[in-house]
Amino acid sequence: MSKVRVLVGTRKGAFILTSDGKRENWKVSGPHFAGWELYHVKGSPADPNRLYASQSSGWFGQIIQRSNDGGETWEPVGNKFVYEGVPGTHQWYDGTQHPWEFKRVWHLEPSLTDPDMIFAGVEDAAMFKSTDGGKNWHELPGLRGHGSGPRWQPGAGGMCLHTILLDPVNPGRMFIAISAAGAFRSGDGGETWQPINKGLKSESIPDPNAEVGHCVHRIAQHRSRPDTLFMQKHWDVMRSDDAGDNWREVSGNLPTDFGFVIDVNSNEPETIYVVPIKSDQEHFPLEGKLRVYRSRTGGNEWEALTNGLPQSNCYVNVLRDAMAVDSLDKCGVYFGTTGGQVYVSPDAGEHWSPIVHDLPAVLSVEVQTLK
Amino acid sequence: MIRVWLPGHLRTLARVNAEVTLEISGAVTQRSVLDALEAKYPMLQGTIRDHVTGKRRDFLRFFACQEDLSHESPDAPLPEAVASGAEPFLVIGAIAGG
Repeated sequence: MSKVRVLVGTRKGAFILTSDGKRENWKVSGPHFAGWELYHVKGSPADPNRLYASQSSGWFGQIIQRSNDGGETWEPVGNKFVYEGVPGTHQWYDGTQHPWEFKRVWHLEPSLTDPDMIFAGVEDAAMFKSTDGGKNWHELPGLRGHGSGPRWQPGAGGMCLHTILLDPVNPGRMFIAISAAGAFRSGDGGETWQPINKGLKSESIPDPNAEVGHCVHRIAQHRSRPDTLFMQKHWDVMRSDDAGDNWREVSGNLPTDFGFVIDVNSNEPETIYVVPIKSDQEHFPLEGKLRVYRSRTGGNEWEALTNGLPQSNCYVNVLRDAMAVDSLDKCGVYFGTTGGQVYVSPDAGEHWSPIVHDLPAVLSVEVQTLK
Repeated sequence: MIRVWLPGHLRTLARVNAEVTLEISGAVTQRSVLDALEAKYPMLQGTIRDHVTGKRRDFLRFFACQEDLSHESPDAPLPEAVASGAEPFLVIGAIAGG
């Protein structure tokens, strides 16, 4: 019978939640790396027992941990993230130019085919790659070097590269997103990049239709339709059907289109999920009701999913890397909150229940479907 | 023998339970102590000093013999009591945050 392993990064450690395919009874392991911030934990699609974790601290900096046994044991690997050449400058909060400074790894994305190859999205925004299981890292400088870097600026959470999508069909094609620069695409394994923000409109920047400067919160893709991308922007839920060349808004009847997470049902490429958040000034659900919204039409028409979710006095947030789906039938949907809950729906969103409800603030949730 | 006291999180990372002891030939300075520490425990590279600049991380301090040596030159000799092993060299995490 299939199993699922949920990898949870929190403000104070990592947790691993496991269950069989029914997704009813759960075993909780952790905290791993207790007391450290775990921005992201992710497993290799090529070897599910190979896990990587981004462990960081304001005191001690960045650590990358690796497991070869599904999280039973861990070993620290390389943590040297050095920008290629002269780091250069980006736009600072006051409009002046500010030197690029490495702060932490937000997102780890293992190769689809090689467990020793992994990409890291970092703050200040850049893309790094390792081909030896995380021992050594080198920057893919074409991203920062394509010309618009001086116009990138940090969002409230820092200038982070937080989303990496590796195209499952077109080798070498990948998509990334940066707050607040926007989305970018590479067709050559990360050597060269181009911004893909046409159609995005952000009223909070001088030119709402600018080539870069948009605060993209998350991008999602279904593995069977690599040209279709879904985006939760700061405000606005967006869709592209040409690999990011053009975007159109699909917020439709959402009660608010601000939010952080977005994901796609693993069995239905037109079924997508978001968690609307009240506004950029009030990072909690509208009316104190935690509602996942689902569209079965690829956007525009949305329905609230509330069964099992708190519908009063709920003022948590769901951060951008804190939603994931498994690949079982029915699709399991998972998300974590800043209140320390990790919720699961084993039936594509119809019913929800907390797997755990008192963890530290959840930063990231990933799911592995194990045979 | 040089004795080094590490904050709890770095002891966990280095998988040591108590003070670390190091053998150093030549001058005993912040730099030579930290070089020896990182050579013996490579997982500590980058956690006390920046990988590139070698500068002490902002929220760490170096104490010894009831003195704050954080702002001393990394190449200044450490107190004789540290060099002789009578007193430990302390790496301290600043008290901050929640």
